Amino acid sequence: MNVEFFVISLLNGVSYGLLLFMLSSGLTLIFSMMGVLNFAHTSFYMVGAYLAYTLSGIVGFWPALVLAPLLVGVMGAAFERYSLRRVHKFGHVPELLVTFGLSYLILEVVQLVWGRSTVPYGLPEQLQGPLFTIYGTQFPKSRSFIMLVALLMLVSVWLLLTRTRIGLVIQAALKHPEMVESLGHNVPRIFMLVFGGGAALAGLAGVIGGNTYVTEPAMAASVGSIIFVVVVVGGMGSLAGAFLASLLIGVVQTFAVAMDQSLATALQAVGVAVTEQTYGYELLKLTISQVAPILPYLFLVLILIFRPKGLLGTRED
Amino acid sequence: MTTSTTKYYSFKPLNIGRLLVWSLFAIALIVAPMIFKSSLALTMLSQIGYLIIICLSYNMLLGQGGMLSFGHAVYVGLGSFIAIHTMNLASKGSLPVPLVLIPLIGGLGGMFFAVLFGYVSTKKSGTTFAMITLGLGELVAAMALMFPTFFGGEGGITTNRVYGTPFFGMTFGPQSQVYYLIAVYCFICTALMFAFTGTPLGRMLNAVRDNPERVEFIGYNTQYVRYFAFIIAGFFAGVGGGLAAINFEIVNAVDSLNGARSGGYLLFTFLGGAVFFFGPIIGAVLLVFASVLLSELSKAWLLYLGLVFLLMVMFAPGGVASLIMMNVRVALFGKFKRFYALYAGLAATALLMVAGAAAIVEMIYHMQLNAALGPIVKLGGFELNTASPTTWVVASALLVVGIGLFEIVRRRFVGVWGQAQEEIEAEIKRRELA
Repeated sequence: MNVEFFVISLLNGVSYGLLLFMLSSGLTLIFSMMGVLNFAHTSFYMVGAYLAYTLSGIVGFWPALVLAPLLVGVMGAAFERYSLRRVHKFGHVPELLVTFGLSYLILEVVQLVWGRSTVPYGLPEQLQGPLFTIYGTQFPKSRSFIMLVALLMLVSVWLLLTRTRIGLVIQAALKHPEMVESLGHNVPRIFMLVFGGGAALAGLAGVIGGNTYVTEPAMAASVGSIIFVVVVVGGMGSLAGAFLASLLIGVVQTFAVAMDQSLATALQAVGVAVTEQTYGYELLKLTISQVAPILPYLFLVLILIFRPKGLLGTRED
Repeated sequence: MTTSTTKYYSFKPLNIGRLLVWSLFAIALIVAPMIFKSSLALTMLSQIGYLIIICLSYNMLLGQGGMLSFGHAVYVGLGSFIAIHTMNLASKGSLPVPLVLIPLIGGLGGMFFAVLFGYVSTKKSGTTFAMITLGLGELVAAMALMFPTFFGGEGGITTNRVYGTPFFGMTFGPQSQVYYLIAVYCFICTALMFAFTGTPLGRMLNAVRDNPERVEFIGYNTQYVRYFAFIIAGFFAGVGGGLAAINFEIVNAVDSLNGARSGGYLLFTFLGGAVFFFGPIIGAVLLVFASVLLSELSKAWLLYLGLVFLLMVMFAPGGVASLIMMNVRVALFGKFKRFYALYAGLAATALLMVAGAAAIVEMIYHMQLNAALGPIVKLGGFELNTASPTTWVVASALLVVGIGLFEIVRRRFVGVWGQAQEEIEAEIKRRELA
């Protein structure tokens, strides 16, 4: 493994990890506030990408970067107001189910409006091309833009939650909703705003993830289960944990995809002969890149066995 | 010090109602293929048969244990794979397993993996359980593609169910013989799963669902209760998977293990009704009708399904079964006649609304998918022209008027319904006092 491969993979891994963080931060926020695991979260990500595609054709990319997340946020808030709130009294399972139903619905509606194949949602001119060249390999501007936006978002969410009055009320509503209610704050409205905010964060991730990667109807499903892994591994409801876990998973996966070593090559390197007749050849010949898709889930299972509350989780429930 | 145990003898009268229901169920299973003779009907009945087992086993987790699993397809699918490999070995003569026992092998396979994965899954309940099962489901689905010799890669594994000596003259070649094999398993498994609800473990499972703290206080380990239930559910899921393997003679990892399949079981178990034991049976019937007939009828069926699901969760979280039982209760108290007109009104206004919405949706789908076939869409005997604005206006008008009228009738219905429920509650109280 040379330095060039290491640096490039690390940069790619961190930018992918930061995108995962943008997605999982909204999910974590909603989960820690309302106890609702939003199954439609990545659907909001997808809607963000598609809306940005349409809007950037009309008003250009930079206004779309602001408008699309806002629209997604409004959609999220409306869903909370008219559907989720009704179900709240039935308990957590129906709440989860209603978001599950929504994810079905959004997928169909997206296919109805934008078709079933990939849409040509490209990068704006300012983000095309390399930002810098390192060891002869170019690092694209779009990836660094993801990193920039994610870090800005991290800082502003953190400042909002810990340094402002709104953040204080939100945090208080999480722990003592009755108390906050009796102090005169409208707790249901706070929940609605938080859900909308979380959806808007997912939408923002969609706007910048959609043109860096691909905008297609399968994009929600492809990151869907990964971000649940991120949330569990980081610790349910912990924003810092989600940050750590998404970086970890992003980096590990990016490295794994690029490696074609296997146990067989490792054994051969130390002088053990491995042939097709060797016991367990099927398992030995698998390369790391072939195993890459299951690594996050393996990680999830290991975490659950050895540290069930997650990396930085505080709750044991 | 001696402890004396007193034996209590109790007299249990013959439960005529229950006997009647089970006999009717058996008769329905036997008679169904004689009434619906077409090969399509027979295929659908076979699918309904094993899906009943799968949905009931799913409901053991969801309805009775309060565990929302997103990975039930894992146990069904792995049961299928174990069953199909056993069938292949048996037809080569290396394993002496007759076909009638193959579903049991599938069940043991499902159970084995439930023992393996269940320990991690059932550590927690609620949301965490949902996410762990989701993760494990994805893990297994992704792994299946890494081991093509066992899972058959993209193409899957095929088999031939006709092997060995015939069982009482049955070769299980014709679909009707397979149907009766499925029906026998369906009846036995349903009976066993119903019996499970009355066992101490089944009762504890309900207690763990309703109040885990209290169960811990009286000295039970909630994790073990969930774990045992999970294993039993895994067994029945595997039986269903084995029957599916016999029915189709092919298993495909991409299709049978993925998250969408698990989601389908969840969706329809819930739609059928998780609160009642028989709810998932309705769910299984709906699942087959939706995936065979509805998908033929309309390209937009997933959209309709999502909408119906969302509305059911919001307004009738007990599923179809609870809707039926609520109305049965109203009828038993003799208050059903005041609803005739209201139900007719609801049906008529809903029809207007649905007709308008369906016309719009079908036209949009048509423009999206087969615009090349011309502007005409056929919907329930009508021909809709996507090119003419009149159709759109009429459809929209139907939708809007339908929604308006439906809302008026619905408000009235809610009032009358609440009134009737109050009267029933009062009546129950009066009978208790009397």
